[in-house]
Amino acid sequence: MAQRAFAIIAALTVAGAVIVPVAAVLWRGGGATALSAADWAALRFTVWQAFWSAAISVALAVPVARALARRAFWGRSALISVMGAPFILPVIVAILGLLAVFGGNGAVNLVLGGLGLPKMDVYGAHGVILAHVFFNLPLAVRLILQGWLSIPSERFQLAASLGAPLFLLLEWPMLKRTAPGAFAVIFVICLGSFAVALTLGGGPRATTVELAIYQAFKFDFDLGKAASLAVVQLLLGGVAGLAALALARGEMLGAGLDRVVQRWDGSRLVDGVWITLAAAFLLLPLGAVLLAGLPGLLDLPASIWPAMLRSLIISLAAVVLTIALALPLATRAGEAASLLGISVSGLVLGTGLFLLLQPVVRPQDAALPVTLLVNVLMSLPFVLRILRPGVESAEADFGRLGQSLGLQGWALWRIVYLPRLRRPLGFAAGLTGALAMGDLGVITLFSRPGEGTLPLLMYQLMGAYQMEAAYGAALILVGLSLGLFWMFDKGGRVHAEV
Amino acid sequence: MLKFEKAVFAQDEFAISADLAVAAARVTAVIGPSGAGKSTLLHGIAGFVPQTGGRLWWQDSDICERAPDKRPVSMLFQDNNLFPHLTVLQNVALALTPKLRPAQEVVAQVEDMLTKVGLAGKSQRRPGGLSGGQQSRVALARALLQDRPVMLMDEPFSALGPALKDEMLDLSLSLAGDRTVIMVTHDPTDAVRIADEVIGVAEGTAWPPVATSVFMSNPPGPMRSYFGSSVSHHID
Repeated sequence: MAQRAFAIIAALTVAGAVIVPVAAVLWRGGGATALSAADWAALRFTVWQAFWSAAISVALAVPVARALARRAFWGRSALISVMGAPFILPVIVAILGLLAVFGGNGAVNLVLGGLGLPKMDVYGAHGVILAHVFFNLPLAVRLILQGWLSIPSERFQLAASLGAPLFLLLEWPMLKRTAPGAFAVIFVICLGSFAVALTLGGGPRATTVELAIYQAFKFDFDLGKAASLAVVQLLLGGVAGLAALALARGEMLGAGLDRVVQRWDGSRLVDGVWITLAAAFLLLPLGAVLLAGLPGLLDLPASIWPAMLRSLIISLAAVVLTIALALPLATRAGEAASLLGISVSGLVLGTGLFLLLQPVVRPQDAALPVTLLVNVLMSLPFVLRILRPGVESAEADFGRLGQSLGLQGWALWRIVYLPRLRRPLGFAAGLTGALAMGDLGVITLFSRPGEGTLPLLMYQLMGAYQMEAAYGAALILVGLSLGLFWMFDKGGRVHAEV
Repeated sequence: MLKFEKAVFAQDEFAISADLAVAAARVTAVIGPSGAGKSTLLHGIAGFVPQTGGRLWWQDSDICERAPDKRPVSMLFQDNNLFPHLTVLQNVALALTPKLRPAQEVVAQVEDMLTKVGLAGKSQRRPGGLSGGQQSRVALARALLQDRPVMLMDEPFSALGPALKDEMLDLSLSLAGDRTVIMVTHDPTDAVRIADEVIGVAEGTAWPPVATSVFMSNPPGPMRSYFGSSVSHHID
């Protein structure tokens, strides 16, 4: 009985934390002015860039995934692991890396300039799409690679012995099954893009709805306009989110991609080129941050330490809160409730919380708790996706044994569930910590100067053209994000018996 | 006496009905073809499968509403009898206390029982470090230490080889004392080896127990077609 009560309390907390701010936004947005031409332009751009980001990511992922599926080579599993990294990489760090490679003085432009070719400009619509492809190409590769590896190797053997056309017989049906789902997931992720648009976009031709909310808030302090835009974003995310849920298959964070299918077709050279290009596209920006960050460590301002401390506190608190909410919610109904959070964007929640808090406290005073809350709500769907299979298998394997021994409530969790869940709990905690550490979203709305988190400080350093220091901060930030992830994930594995 | 009064246990559109009585302090085997409902019957007694009709009596009390741990039964499962993350000592001690660091007198009782099942000195091992036969002994020790009047065994030794299985059956019986033992098996030789009486299960019905020798030479009702030709030679 107590068990059920916890589940209901947790579900109500999550639903309330999402619905109340959204209701506040709807209430304010209702009385607001109609959308201006610029708002419509932002809506068009949001959909347009999400479409192309998803389309390019999926189109490029197909040859890369095929090459990875059929070639065994040194470093293959390491490369596939690295493809999981953009998910926990702080967005602002990746952007700095992309600037180092594709920016005005970046490596690509040095080469282009040396060849007498025109320079490419990374700011604007192209930059936004480039960054989105950087983040989502690995996700698309992993989703489609799963599809490839789900084709039994016997079928490839049979097709080879018959001399049948592999693509039409085996690969096209698989792609028809997996690619729309991958496209839909990436499309939804890009619809809610804020940090990328904030740093690389802007202006009349590269502003997303999320960025427009931020600008209405920060520059015009037009709460009515921010609320109307938040309603637009809510509808956009809700509709696309439902469509993606219907289309998406496969496990976004899935493991077990270590297998290689033996095949007798295709060109080694072409596959090699695809793999090299993909690896370079992913690794060069990260390498650039590492290279430029080391000397930058000497240029760090003193404000880095309090920012680091605030980020660490938010991350660890997000881990504790998310896990505490996730455990009682690890059921099918609970997972559905948590999806509320993912269909609503961080800035919409932030706007709503601002509207709610404004009459009571100064919103700036609540910057860190609000950031924490939004991060918890954003991580929860992923954490539940990770934990639920573990809870279900522990229940199937040991539920009756526990019942026959009279284990209930806390004793049941302590003796049966928590030990059985160590590995997924470690992974989920690591993911939550890393995401919260790198988040540059709602904090931009609320924070007072000098009271921000590490990603915000890094963004401010970039804005002030203190690039050396920004690179140094990026290195610290990526170290903390990956370090938190590694620490929790490792903690779940140590002494985890069978 | 464990008495089934027009009892029906149902789960996932599968139901088994029983209108019979099992004698106390005897060993009763439940046998029948795969999918006939042997395990469902046993799990119904233990309280894991909902009872949808009739009554279930132990001595003079109706137990059909009780939670699994409030019933007069201990159970040896087919698999997943032990928590792999706990030591042998902790696994067995759960029969007496939910504490993972049990009190000294509990430890003494556990060690004593482990010695009886032939596992002296193994209390700090984890199940993964034991052989299949040793794991069965740990589960048996826990079921015995729970000290309930009815011990249910759901083919607990089916993963062991024939010689080891016989050894475990004999050990279980010798330690069970005057407990009422009900054991599911698909192997008539098990019944012949240890059971006083046999309940035949077929087509969703459990038949009242009959003496093992009678069952083997003249199986009741639909059991005849399943066992008619095959069981008689087990008696020789």
